[in-house]
Order: sequence, then structure tokens, then C-alpha cells
Amino acid sequence: MNVAFTAEELNFKNAVRVFLEAEFPADIRAKIDGRVRLDKEDYVRWQKILYRKGWAAPNWPVEYGGTGWTAIQKYIFAEEMARIGAPEPVAFGIKMVAPVIFTYGSEVQRQRFLPDILASNVWWCQGYSESNAGSDLASLKSSAVLDGDHYVVNGTKTWNTLGQYADWIFCLVRTDNTAKKQEGITFLLIDMKTPGIKLSPIYLIDGHPEVNEVHFDNVHVPVENRIGEENQGWTYAKVLLTHERTNIAGVPRSKIRLEKLKTIADNTPDGQGSVMLNDPVFAKKIAEAEIQILALEYAELRTLAAVSVGKAPGPESSILKIVGTETAQYLDELTMELAAWHSLPFVPEQFESGFAGEVVGSDGAAATALHYFNNRKLSIFGGSNEIQRNIISKAVLGL
Amino acid sequence: MLQDSVSKFVQRHYGFDTRKEILASPRGFSTENWRLFAELGWLTVPFKIEDDGFGGFATDLMVIMEEFGKVMLVEPYVATAVLGGGLISELGSAQQKSAWLPQLMSGTLQLACAVAEPDSRYNLASVTTTAVVQGDSFIVDGSKILVLNGPDADQLLVSVRTAGADRDVHGISVLLIDANSPGIRKHSYTNVDGHRAAEITFTRVKVPATRLLGAVDEAYAGLERVVDRATLAVCAEAVGALDSLLAKTVEYSKTRKQFGTAIGSFQALQHRMADMFIECQLARSIVMMAAMRLDSDAPDADKMRAVSAAKSRVGKAIRKVGQEAVQLHGGIGITDELDVGHLFKRVTAIETLYGNTDFHTARFARS
Repeated sequence: MNVAFTAEELNFKNAVRVFLEAEFPADIRAKIDGRVRLDKEDYVRWQKILYRKGWAAPNWPVEYGGTGWTAIQKYIFAEEMARIGAPEPVAFGIKMVAPVIFTYGSEVQRQRFLPDILASNVWWCQGYSESNAGSDLASLKSSAVLDGDHYVVNGTKTWNTLGQYADWIFCLVRTDNTAKKQEGITFLLIDMKTPGIKLSPIYLIDGHPEVNEVHFDNVHVPVENRIGEENQGWTYAKVLLTHERTNIAGVPRSKIRLEKLKTIADNTPDGQGSVMLNDPVFAKKIAEAEIQILALEYAELRTLAAVSVGKAPGPESSILKIVGTETAQYLDELTMELAAWHSLPFVPEQFESGFAGEVVGSDGAAATALHYFNNRKLSIFGGSNEIQRNIISKAVLGL
Repeated sequence: MLQDSVSKFVQRHYGFDTRKEILASPRGFSTENWRLFAELGWLTVPFKIEDDGFGGFATDLMVIMEEFGKVMLVEPYVATAVLGGGLISELGSAQQKSAWLPQLMSGTLQLACAVAEPDSRYNLASVTTTAVVQGDSFIVDGSKILVLNGPDADQLLVSVRTAGADRDVHGISVLLIDANSPGIRKHSYTNVDGHRAAEITFTRVKVPATRLLGAVDEAYAGLERVVDRATLAVCAEAVGALDSLLAKTVEYSKTRKQFGTAIGSFQALQHRMADMFIECQLARSIVMMAAMRLDSDAPDADKMRAVSAAKSRVGKAIRKVGQEAVQLHGGIGITDELDVGHLFKRVTAIETLYGNTDFHTARFARS
């Protein structure tokens, strides 16, 4: 494994940096620096800029609009995106449903869906979890019954992220009740405007309706919107979940956040005449976080190196999910600890775009507890960290 | 007796939905409850017999606060009775006590204590709000943050610098300032735990010299003792809240089925809940130690050390039990709908109040 960048890679790094500095919109950057929540328009506008450059979907095959970059180039790109604070493209389209479509979809489906995903013309959301099918996703009960050339879908999906923005939803539905639970599942693409779909928002403890329940009441879905074979949806979804786990470590973002944390610590009075960066206990915590990120970075690079020589990411990628999310959560804790009293006010409205009132606290300190609370989700979603540990126990250790 | 009465009240009349309604009301707490607390004598608990109180024992305070913690009670008991009333009792003259404490104990007076400043972090001696003598008055200028019960308080207890430089323990005084005085500006808001607070700025606020509590320049030691008592109170509240989190998690793990069985049957999760139980027990034990120390004849330094030990250890328990309760509940644990997320937010706020784990660990090591 070679992790030192070549001259060519360094040139690439420079080109990416020049582009991002020039093209990442200043107003979106200002929002991110002020911890203001991005709205749909912000995401779409930014993704379209990447799209026009041809960089919207580095992980796609070139024939569908991918960049053809090496694993290291992709890593450099992610690092530069993090450096400037640019949001990653919303995962559901580009990272989640698209790989399923280009891997298992028909040629007609590829032509129909991929260009609009790439260009951010269509916003996708996910319909996987149900209230009784969380970690045990395969026990899902939402049903689809074939009626002529349509499936009739009934049931309720939950933990649907940002479905309020979405045009389409990809769903796992049960088409066979008699088979083993993994073997009766079908993968459907559903237009959110289809009659019978209703969203109810779920407010999280940071006060924001980030997720929804999606209710399906006799929703008619054309059979041509089925991916691959009936009852094979679980196989397709599993591949997607592995895709989801690689690049989930979030090392570039954690590195940048750590640097920011140091800057904040350097500007945070310790109440004793110095600043928190000079507080030995806090400095030790920062150092420990930095060491953890270094170890994680090289774990990720090892995985990438294996992928770049053609190996599929193995179950070891669960390490990246576990450590990546726990590291991000620890950075949230440290950021909140720095804010001290200033972390307590609950003023979510001042972190929404367009807020014009009097601000409580400074430098977004009042958002730190909200981020800490909200990011507890990281170790829960995408296959909970308990499930990841099961994968390591079974698939890696052979227990 | 006391525990029985508090426990009965909170269990019968302070359900999660009731609490929600109370939080949504204009004051953010129930006036009716406050009157009831007065009638039941709970507002006398923090006060000594000579102040016509119930005795002022930390062990009694612990009992009340633990019950409050189980249901996340939001009435400003600590702000008004423990901190505000505590300062009057600790520093005030006989005349000041008889002017204010009976009102407080009868439920007709709301207080707030303004001790934190934008850059003070947790150091009570970091006071830059100034009070300058002018004739028979003080002129107060400066800013305080996170004034709990600030939006509703009739009177504010404010730490001010009357001599010395920032962080000198000498030169700190406490003034009892009418909340409606000209020159006071409040920016009120709700905290992550639902409690109301305010940022308060003082611009040439004129305060009669008679409103000085205790000796000029020498309030620091008393202030620290009172804040320590409030620290113990919120630690006890956390003990109750953590017990609730554990109980709810264990209960959930018995009913939540995945992979065809209750998740509580998985040994990996059983051990994690066993660890949560251990944390809850250690938190309870150390708070009991600190309460007994405060009620003893031990020197001030020992009491201070005991409170810091409690806050440090409880903070650690909060992090562990809070996070695990959410994790074991899964997504539902971070929804607004379920009480678990709210308990998590309250205990997390307690971790910060009056000094976080690192602050109190260092204070313990120093003292």
C-alpha cells in the first residue's frame, strides 16, 4: 500500500482546491460556518455546480457519468470538499439508489433515472425501516401485491430522512409471505406524487422534523419500476448497504472538525486567565481524538487500497462505520464541552436561514448541544453499531 | 415522610404530557404547582430552623431533587429556593432575611441568580460586572448569561465586582436587584432541557446600598457555598433522572422485539444495561456521601471537595447512562415524542451546570 501522494495526485489535489475555492458559493459557505441549516435549494444549487464540472458522482462508472478517478483521487476530492466545508451530495440519490440502478436495473431504468440523479433534478429518499423492522430490517412488513401491470403497496416506512424534499422514494416491500424473510422482499422505485402516499413528520430532540413516517395506502406502482427480479430485493439492498459503509468513516470531515475545534479552543477563555487549548486536560482530549483519527485514516486507506486493486470492501468496513461515527460523536462532545454555559440555550430558529432576530451566544455555541443530541443518530442508522459488531464477530472472527 | 409526599405528587401529577403542557404555558412552569409546593412546605426545605425553614439539610434536599429528577420537573426550585434563597440566607442580614424569606417560602417570590458571564466559564470569581458606589447607591454595569428563571424572577441576585481585578476572590459582592429596575435588559429564551433562562445586561442600573447582601467585597466564600449546594441539588436530580433512563431502557428491551426475540435477551445488551445500573448506583452513592458531608461539621474545604467529587462522578455517569439509554432505544430514543430523549437532554444540561466533569475533577484535585 502506498499512501504518499504522487506528483500527479498532488496536481489533482491542487486542481480540486482551485475549483472548490472558486465555485463553492460564498453564501452557502457562510451558512455552514455559522452552523445555519442548509435548505433544499442550497444542496441542489451546489450539486448542480459539481454536476456541470462532471464531479457529481465520483463513485459511478464512467459510462453513467462517473469521474473515473482512482480510489486515492476520490479520497483527495473528499478531503478537499471537507476542507472547504462543502456538503457532500445528498446520499440517497447519488450514493444509495444509483448504484442499485446501474448494477441491477434494466437499461431502460438506467436511461430513465440516472441522468436526473446525476444532475440533481430529482431528489430521492429512502423507504427501508419500519417501526418493527429496524436493526432487523429483513422482517419488514410493508406489502406489494401484483395486480395486472401494477403493484399495490400498503404499509408504513419510518426514519425517512428529508422525504419532505423528495420527488421519488426507493422502497423495500414484501412480495412473498411464505418464504424465508430475506427471500420475499422486492425493491421498488416509487414516485412520491402517486396517490395514496402521505408523509407525517417526526420531530427529533433538536426540534427539527428531519425524518418522516411515510404511509402507503393502496399505492399503485407500475411493474416497470421494480428493480431486477421479484423477491430478490434483499440481495440488491445488501450490496447497497456495503456501498453505504465505505466512505462512511468521514475521516476528512473529522480532520477538519478537529482543526476547527483547536481554533475554537484557542479562542475560548478558560475562566482562569488562559484559553482552553492550554488546559492540560482538554489538550489531552484533543490529542487523543487526533490520534484516533490518524488510526482511522490509515484503516480507511488500507480499505481503499484493497478496493483499488479490485477487492470488494469486506466486512472489515464495519470498523470504519463504528469508529468513524464514534469519532464524530466524540468531536461533538468536545465541541459542546468547550461551549460550556453557551451550549445550553435552545434556540434552533437562529440556525435556520433568514433568521433576523437577536442571537443568543456567539459563534454558533448554542448549536453545539443540538448537534450532540442529533448526532447520536450516527451510531444508530446505516446499520446500528451493534449490528456492525455482529458482522465483525460473525463474518470476520468466525464466531 | 418528605420523600413520600414528593414521590406521590410527581408520580400522580407530573406525567410526561403534563410536563409538556407546563412547558408550553407562558411562564414555562406551573403557578399552581408552585403554590402547592409552598402549601406542602417544600419551599422551606432548603432553609435553617432559625430562618423558619425545615432545617436546611442537604440530605432532605437530595430526597426532593431525586424525585423531581425522575419526572424532569421544571418548576424553578433550584433557582428560587436553593440559589436565590440560599444566598439571602447565607449572606443576608436578619432584616433582609425577614423581608424576603417568608415571601419566598409562601410561594409569592421568584428569584434568579446571575453568576455566569460570557467569558467566565465556570469560575465564580471571574466577575467583570461592576458595581460602583455613588452616594447611597451602587451603579451596576455588565452582562450575565444563563440566568435560570431570569425571565420570571421578581428579584435578581447578582455577583458584582466592587474591588480588585477579574478573578480576584476578594472584591466580589452580591446585590439583590429589583428585576424591573431601569437599565436592565433581558433576552429570554428556553434551554435545551425546557428550563427558562435569560441573558441579562445591566446598564447604569441604580441599586440602593441597602440591597447589598453581606459584607462588601467579601461575598465569594458564601457564594461558593451556595452554588455548591445547588450543584449537589442538580446532582441529586440527575440521580433520579438516570434511574428513570435505566428503568425505561430495561423495560423497552423487554418489549422491543427484533430477530424474533426481545432485544433484552441479547447478552451483549444485558451487560450494557448492567453497566448502566452500576453507574446509577455509583452516582447515587457519591451524592449521598456529599450530602452527608454538607450536613456534617466538616471544614468548608472538605465539603467543597465532596461536592466536586459528586459532580465529577455524576457527570461521568450522565455521559454513559444518557448515551446508552438513547442507543439501546435506537431511533425512537432521539425523537421529541418519547421522554427518553428529554431525560437525556436534561441530564446533559446538568452535566454543564455549575461546572462540568473536567472542571470539578480539577477542583477536587486542587482542594
